[in-house]
Amino acid sequence: MTKPGEYYQRDRMWHPPAYDKDYKTSVTRSPQYSLISLQNSISEITGPTFGHNDVDPLDNDLIKNYAQPGQSPIGERIIVHGRVLDENGRPVPNTLVEVWQANAGGRYRHKKDTYLAPIDPNFGGCGRTITDENGYYFFRTVKPGAYPWRNWVNDWRPAHIHLSIFGHAFAQRLITQMYFEGDPLIATCPIVNTIRDKAAIGQLIAALDKNATIPLDSIAYKFDIVLRGRRSTMFENRLEGN
Amino acid sequence: MTQSLDYLKETASQTAGPYVHIGLAPGAAGFDIYRQELGWDIAGPNARGERIRVEGIVIDGTGSPVKDVLLEAWQANADGIYAHPEGGGEVEEGFRGWGRVITDFATGEWAFDTVKPGRTRGRNVGTQAPHINLWIVARGINIGLNTRLYFEDEAEANAADPVLNLIEWERRRATLIAKRTERDGQTVYRFDIRLQGEEETVFFDI
Ligand SMILES: [Fe+3]
Repeated sequence: MTKPGEYYQRDRMWHPPAYDKDYKTSVTRSPQYSLISLQNSISEITGPTFGHNDVDPLDNDLIKNYAQPGQSPIGERIIVHGRVLDENGRPVPNTLVEVWQANAGGRYRHKKDTYLAPIDPNFGGCGRTITDENGYYFFRTVKPGAYPWRNWVNDWRPAHIHLSIFGHAFAQRLITQMYFEGDPLIATCPIVNTIRDKAAIGQLIAALDKNATIPLDSIAYKFDIVLRGRRSTMFENRLEGN
Repeated sequence: MTQSLDYLKETASQTAGPYVHIGLAPGAAGFDIYRQELGWDIAGPNARGERIRVEGIVIDGTGSPVKDVLLEAWQANADGIYAHPEGGGEVEEGFRGWGRVITDFATGEWAFDTVKPGRTRGRNVGTQAPHINLWIVARGINIGLNTRLYFEDEAEANAADPVLNLIEWERRRATLIAKRTERDGQTVYRFDIRLQGEEETVFFDI
């Protein structure tokens, strides 16, 4: 009899390190002591659960969820879709996925964003959805623009969508960013390059997916997300004991 | 050549950036879009136990407040049960145990209202002292930071807590203990988080 046990340890060589001198803000916001390694307890193998009462059907449609009736935001209409999986390749169903992004001009609807590109009156820039029983999710939106930011004097963020994913345990909690296939700004971005492993960066680049486009309407990008996998305890590891 | 293991790799983390509020707390970014934002009520109206406020500030390596941070709290109810299928039992109607908190953009102060959690089941034997699990993201934080808040007035339980006891440097354990005060008849726990420096908060690889 096997019981699911704890989550696979995070590969800290795959994730970006806390400190990266080329991403300047990290310099004073990175812990200097080593993290204390903790085996999972009930506090880590549990986490918040969400249901369809928490989100509305239109929440995943960024083209409609803030637009005036009969209007829509400026920009390339895109679909972003994919699956949330775990490291064992199993779908993660019924989990909350939240996204946020700049508008097509690279401007965020945020009181702290002062970039000179205009706010789009029909674009909020956030969405959320819950994966289906196969771990599948999709959003409709406009492609975000690149934008400049203060790091080195002339740094530009590649077009990106921020994603927040819960999984089924607090140990799986993840925030990341999705980039677009073919964007030349990816290679030179100091935030992208906080990740050392080229394969880990590749996993953040969504592929153009012509099979999922809606002809004469929207182009599509596929973005699968992988959360930490969970051990099957072939031998009792006493996690459940008391 | 050996066989290859067919595991997938976890998607790498990236910073939440300065505009995390748009996605997770759009009201704070300055606009109203959802019927309801998530994470504003941790305990709900029916929760048993002591109502408390938790407040603090996140301080960077220069000693300055971090004003654009977002924290998430995850905790058990007063009976030590998490609102989760593996949480150890049933919780009160409306008790979620999860909350989202943002700092005041001007001062960096944050606060949330909840109930004090009870002792939870230990990993192997015994129990864990009452604690709130915290996850911190912000611009400049490349991967969310996990820490735990324990309560000053639980000295006996804290002394026996398996996680606190795992911290070899005993004086660093104090960084995880929230200070209890009373204000206008309400219990307030103060928990300042230091990202760097002499009194750097203990963070966990969970
Ligand atoms: Fe961004």
